[in-house]
Amino acid sequence: MTAASLTTDATPPRGCKYGSMSRDRRWALRWSYVFLTLFAIFFLMPPVYMLITSLKTSAEISAATNPWWVYHPTLGNYAELLTSRMYLTFFLNSALVSVIVVTITMLISIPAAFALSRMRFWGSATLATGVFLTYLIPETLLFIPLFKMFALVNEHLGIQLINRWWVLLLLYPTLTVPFCTWIMIGYFASIPKELDEAALMDGANYRQILTRVFIPVALPGLIAATIFAFTVSWAQFLYPLAFTTSADQLVLPVGIITTLTKGDVFNWGQIMTGALLGAAPPLIIYAFLMDYYIAGLTAGATKG
Amino acid sequence: MVDAALESPVSVGPRRRSALRRALQRKSTIAFLMTLPLLLLVALLVLYPALYSIHLATLNKSMERFVGFGNFLFLFKRETFWMVVQQSCIFAITAVIFKALIGFIVAHFVHNIPSRGQRKWRGMLLVPWVIPPAMSCLAWLWLFDPSYSALNWLLALFGVGPVPWTGEAAWARFSVILVNVWIGAPFFMIMYLAALKSVPEQLYEAAAIDGANWWQRMWYVTLPMMRNIMAITALFSLIVTFANFDIVRILTAGGPIDRTHVFATWAFWIGIQGNDIPLGASVSLFMVPILTVAAVFILRDINRRAGEMS
Repeated sequence: MTAASLTTDATPPRGCKYGSMSRDRRWALRWSYVFLTLFAIFFLMPPVYMLITSLKTSAEISAATNPWWVYHPTLGNYAELLTSRMYLTFFLNSALVSVIVVTITMLISIPAAFALSRMRFWGSATLATGVFLTYLIPETLLFIPLFKMFALVNEHLGIQLINRWWVLLLLYPTLTVPFCTWIMIGYFASIPKELDEAALMDGANYRQILTRVFIPVALPGLIAATIFAFTVSWAQFLYPLAFTTSADQLVLPVGIITTLTKGDVFNWGQIMTGALLGAAPPLIIYAFLMDYYIAGLTAGATKG
Repeated sequence: MVDAALESPVSVGPRRRSALRRALQRKSTIAFLMTLPLLLLVALLVLYPALYSIHLATLNKSMERFVGFGNFLFLFKRETFWMVVQQSCIFAITAVIFKALIGFIVAHFVHNIPSRGQRKWRGMLLVPWVIPPAMSCLAWLWLFDPSYSALNWLLALFGVGPVPWTGEAAWARFSVILVNVWIGAPFFMIMYLAALKSVPEQLYEAAAIDGANWWQRMWYVTLPMMRNIMAITALFSLIVTFANFDIVRILTAGGPIDRTHVFATWAFWIGIQGNDIPLGASVSLFMVPILTVAAVFILRDINRRAGEMS
């Protein structure tokens, strides 16, 4: 109210200035678009170049022509990869690992988040912070001791864990569960207490409160956490590189790098096709669920 | 109080079974059971290995003999180790500064344009963050290719180059940082954009009425309002960049002559590929001090936020 009255008071002497301000604004807008375009070119150059290369034949790739243009587009690389048993195995392994890890993550982190945010018990607040801190321990610190631990398990129990794709099902949850629990604690904590009190009054038990009230209400958070868990397990590179070696056990990122980049001559057309197809699932999810994806990112200052 | 009252009949002998059931139905027991999988996971696959690596670091190469600080003393005498320390710090600090800077600038440009178009631009600009790093690093590797570099082709149009992107130490370090900035800057952009949107419009109006110019509004309104989120984002990014593995591993594998190794890649090189697990564990443990410092700051922030909430 005061602001409005102030501006009306000030209008008469500032008549001409107002016009210049709007011109400034227009110029600022124009420059914003110019710079945004430049940044967009920088940010989108590698994926676009992936696409360009994937449409070329090997002969065209090694020809001394403009690398940024496709003269004889072909889908040969795609046809070859999508019929290659090895590549399909990588893709299947990746898909299997990611889907199972997402399921495990949700089964662990939803009950934990519910318990930590609503059913206060001794040490629950400390535990919630502790969960978040474990998220800060990077996998690059853990892979060497884990490698040794798995070797010892094999020695004493006779269970071979190294070079088995399913060992990733044990490892990936360590990357996804702490953060997903953290997000879910945040979402659950924002649900008004009256809601679960009302459910309690109606005779619901804790399981019913969780499945009938909390999960439906916190669904956006649940979707964000799911997307996070999926993208992390799809993109993870260090663990599969350290713990799996034979071609039929590899997941996509490691598979492309260790099998397609072997030998003296890299077949770049195929590598780029493989990489682009490997980047497709997260990109598709992102394209359709962008708002949830971004909500997950900004929810708790993620890894960056 | 209620819990204690419920607990007292437990000692009565014949009603043991129902007492057990009642204990299981108690709120805190249920809550504990619900968090148990999480606790087991964290204890077995995060905390135990973290402590185990300290134990491993004190063993000799064949892991039979206790050598105390032997591995660390050995590392201190090696020139490569000090190089890796230096490179890790340069890599992490430079990358985070540029990520923050570019993220900040881009966030402002996106914030400037009409809100109708913002979604589209934001969507486009976040793509580097969405692509799995291993995949985008392959694209960069191909862009940096010594003989077919498409970047050099572009530079040649301006009469510059050819640039040995991954061939020479200085350029290789630059390339690795460039790729890291490319992947991480969009994340900063998203965080800063969210922070910018949370600054109340009235503050800018008040500042404009007081006759503040663009710099003053930035310095006295925007930056103080964004300070928290900027600090926490940078801190997180510092941890992750410091522990980064994928980018260096794929682009240069540490070369040329170890000039781009960071802690993670060097530890992998020694521990897994060189089969010297104790020495590899000692190398990776050097990441702990910086992680601890960052964790202390983050913890303080969390506690403060919790304090504000209650």
